Amino acid sequence: MIYEGSDTSPVLEINDLAVAYKVRGGEVEALQNISLEIQKGETCGIVGESGCGKSTMAWSIVNFLGANGYIKRGSLKLLGKQLVNQTKKELNKLRGNQVSMVFQDPMQSLNPSMRLGEQMKEVLTTHFKISNDQAHKRCIEMLNKVYMPDPATVMKRYPHQISGGQQQRVVIAMALLNNPALLIMDEPTTALDVTVEAAVLDLVAKLREEFDTAIMFITHNLGVVARTCSKVGVMYAGEMVEFASVTDIFDNPQHPYTQGLIRCLPKIGNDKASSTLYPISGRVPAPNNRPEGCVFWPRCDYAQQRCKLERPIVRLIPGTNIQARCHFSEELKHKKRQSLQNIGSEKVLFQSDTTKDPILNISKLKKYYPMRSNSVWEMFGLGKKRYVKALENASFEVHRGKTLGIVGESGCGKSTLLKTIIGLEKASDGNAQFLGFDISKQISRRDVSLVKELQMVFQNPDSTMNPSYSVGSQIARPMKRFRTVPKEQIPSEVIKLLKAMRLSPQYYDRFPRQLSGGEKQRVGIARALASNPDLILCDEPVSALDVSVQAAILNLLTNIQNEFETTLIFISHDLSVVRFISDEVCVMYLGQIMEIGPVHAIYAPPYHPYTEALLSAIPLPDPHLQQKHIRLHGSVPSAISPPQGCRFNTRCPRRNLLKDPAICETAPPQQVSIDGHIINCHISLEQLKKIEPVINLKKVASNVV
Amino acid sequence: MELQVNNQSTFKVRMKKAWKTYSVVFNSRIAVIGMLLIGFWITAAVVSLFWTPYSPTAFDFIQNLPPNSINWLGTDHLGRDILSRLMSGTQVVLLKTRLPWGDFWIPGGVAIWGVLGSLTFGTLLGLNAGYRRGVADHVIMQFLDALIAFPRIVLYLVIIASLGQSDLAVIFAITLTGAPGVARLARGLTLDIQTRDYIRAAETRAENIWFIMFFEILPNAKGPLLVDCMLRVGYAIFMIGTLGFLGIGLPPPAPDWGSMINEARKYIFLNQFAVLWPAFAIASLVIGLNLFADGIREEMTRFQK
Repeated sequence: MIYEGSDTSPVLEINDLAVAYKVRGGEVEALQNISLEIQKGETCGIVGESGCGKSTMAWSIVNFLGANGYIKRGSLKLLGKQLVNQTKKELNKLRGNQVSMVFQDPMQSLNPSMRLGEQMKEVLTTHFKISNDQAHKRCIEMLNKVYMPDPATVMKRYPHQISGGQQQRVVIAMALLNNPALLIMDEPTTALDVTVEAAVLDLVAKLREEFDTAIMFITHNLGVVARTCSKVGVMYAGEMVEFASVTDIFDNPQHPYTQGLIRCLPKIGNDKASSTLYPISGRVPAPNNRPEGCVFWPRCDYAQQRCKLERPIVRLIPGTNIQARCHFSEELKHKKRQSLQNIGSEKVLFQSDTTKDPILNISKLKKYYPMRSNSVWEMFGLGKKRYVKALENASFEVHRGKTLGIVGESGCGKSTLLKTIIGLEKASDGNAQFLGFDISKQISRRDVSLVKELQMVFQNPDSTMNPSYSVGSQIARPMKRFRTVPKEQIPSEVIKLLKAMRLSPQYYDRFPRQLSGGEKQRVGIARALASNPDLILCDEPVSALDVSVQAAILNLLTNIQNEFETTLIFISHDLSVVRFISDEVCVMYLGQIMEIGPVHAIYAPPYHPYTEALLSAIPLPDPHLQQKHIRLHGSVPSAISPPQGCRFNTRCPRRNLLKDPAICETAPPQQVSIDGHIINCHISLEQLKKIEPVINLKKVASNVV
Repeated sequence: MELQVNNQSTFKVRMKKAWKTYSVVFNSRIAVIGMLLIGFWITAAVVSLFWTPYSPTAFDFIQNLPPNSINWLGTDHLGRDILSRLMSGTQVVLLKTRLPWGDFWIPGGVAIWGVLGSLTFGTLLGLNAGYRRGVADHVIMQFLDALIAFPRIVLYLVIIASLGQSDLAVIFAITLTGAPGVARLARGLTLDIQTRDYIRAAETRAENIWFIMFFEILPNAKGPLLVDCMLRVGYAIFMIGTLGFLGIGLPPPAPDWGSMINEARKYIFLNQFAVLWPAFAIASLVIGLNLFADGIREEMTRFQK
């Protein structure tokens, strides 16, 4: 690879950059005083909550700012050449094919109507004078380099014919085709499942070694940064607040915001009894509404008078290799945070009586969705009917006051299970009893008194509330519907609930568009609580939220459970979150329950082989932790014709432990370990127990801030 | 106590908010132009209720006069003042509907009631089709498609022939021809809205299906539906013109624009103005409504902070 410019000059050098957008009645500075350097072969992570300007920075490099955005101040040098104040033509020439970008959703970056090969070749034929055959050869080489199995056939396929992880590989291969000096990746794994994410992250790490490309890696996930990057820049409200190497930042963060980000993540070794999460209060200010002085002071636990008046500059903190934008970094260690003392007190968790009858009893529950085909036979009701087997023989119990966590990748039947329990879908077969009543029928056939006891919290904060009604009337609606509260007391009851959600009574008359994501989610929880239900089903309630807000919602849910003695079923794809909130965990794969048991038993051997693979795939927010390297091959099979017997048998990495691997094609036995821990696997418990832990949990526990 | 204080202050806040929402109209130049055109005709109609230069039905003047200082827009083939007829012709379109039983009328013109009719009918069908889906969706949409498949003029003739010439028949004709379009729009919006989580939340409360359709879905679909209706008022006026031209429109003797054109066209070589003025009136009102609706739609969909 030949770069212009001298060898020592950084690939990307940003100095005091400010980006502004023109809006109605003025302009808004989205970025201020950004400085950063990326050397050849380095991966630089950019982290921060949403709305902090991470993507804006990436777009300013490739000039994607849109019609109303422009670079207001500062310099932006690529391979030593100034990019600011150049005409568009010169820019294209300078940048040409030196910068490539990879976006979040691979399905949206690939053209669905073109074969992958054509799309890839296009990259080469537009930039270089190269023959079609040569281009084809180069593409196959590149696909080999991103570890794509069978590149020649992949070239002939359309984007929808390969899996999400493979699509992202193709996108990365395309970005690398013209040997860019800088590769910008904007949340490249956010839309992918953990096991797929892990494989893509491995690839990114390998690229760093094999190519000399500098990578700018934008993400909101600290675990991803710890796994792939060498340097990290932490962004907050359009400013770079901390910049250092990965190990320095995780070992010894100097800015209160970075400390907060690390502290509010649930650690894989912690549960709700032994620890509390420390959310960062407040929210990221809008760009036109940033405070005077330090941008972070309204949310900072250490804020002093000086912070409110004087804007800190980026400085090298003495005794460290960290650049941070804080007045008091050196003193932070010696000060006790005020909020810590308040929350950190002993918690008494509600202890439920497991000897009593369970509140929810599911046995052999099945949900098949009929498939519609367009054949002529089908029109006359002939031909074989096909089904999507979304849920197969699910059996479990939930006791009053407990939390059952359900984990699994997308398409594993978690949501189908919830919908069947709550009655949005009718069970195809099996038994479901709630408080002794049959709930295998649809909600419209259930008694109102039963409906009121089962409520749900939804995933997407933006669609959980009806935009046309105020917060108060939406929380009041269940009370009116189920007549749980006399009419004249409804407003005061609603306010009581709002207070329990840590929202002030002023929210009563607000509309959903005036609330932030976290606040909307709180109102969603309040609405679910309004009918005073016995069981609340939570469908990924925190996965669309920023980490700082996620911590607050998780704390809120635990508090509510203590206060109202509510039972929770909590779906998540994040194993750390489930570890924190749950008493019992159920691991699902392709509609089957693989493993179910008390939370501590799931996260330690004996593991089900699928759980083991999941655990080894989570990106841990600690660069020192050693994690076992298990990667699943292939993609999840179709639920229309799932594998016989154990549905995981086609991808199981532990299948070779069995003398007769063919046995996996029969239904696995239920093996009961201690404390009612059930593993559905043919491999004997003794053999599974011998497997070493995926993560050394002791190390994690000692690292807790 | 706390809450009452809240309620009082919120009335003012709400008024302010409402003003904020509706004042976006003034941000769009074409919406303002449209509003001026509509305003002009509404004013003309209101004034004509109390005063017109001369009686619109009296044969006071020489026939087929061009515009002059006495009859500003000229006179028609029977010697009636065109300005007066044009002004009171606005009434039936925008302001009043005459009932067949005696000399009664209800406020709201034929075009307005017709569009309200197609809005109600179309929304009802569209919501049911979009929310219930399956068989209900098929039945409703096939029925509407069949309705669209009829040539409009034939449909009008059938309706007028069976119901007789009256304001209500015209309203019915407008309703029937407008409903399929509204229903399609409402169905599309419902299909989108019913995937949202708040609809799931309502379902987990086992709410009545009509409550979900009219209280959870409809308020969120009303914006596009109202803009569409604004455009439809324009089409309806056009349609009244067409019906009048065919001689099956609003019953005489009160003037309406369509029949004015129809009557004057026989004398077009003698007096072009008698055709031109009502044609111009129809065009300007339709254009005004279109501009207004377009302007509002543009402002509503524009990115707002």
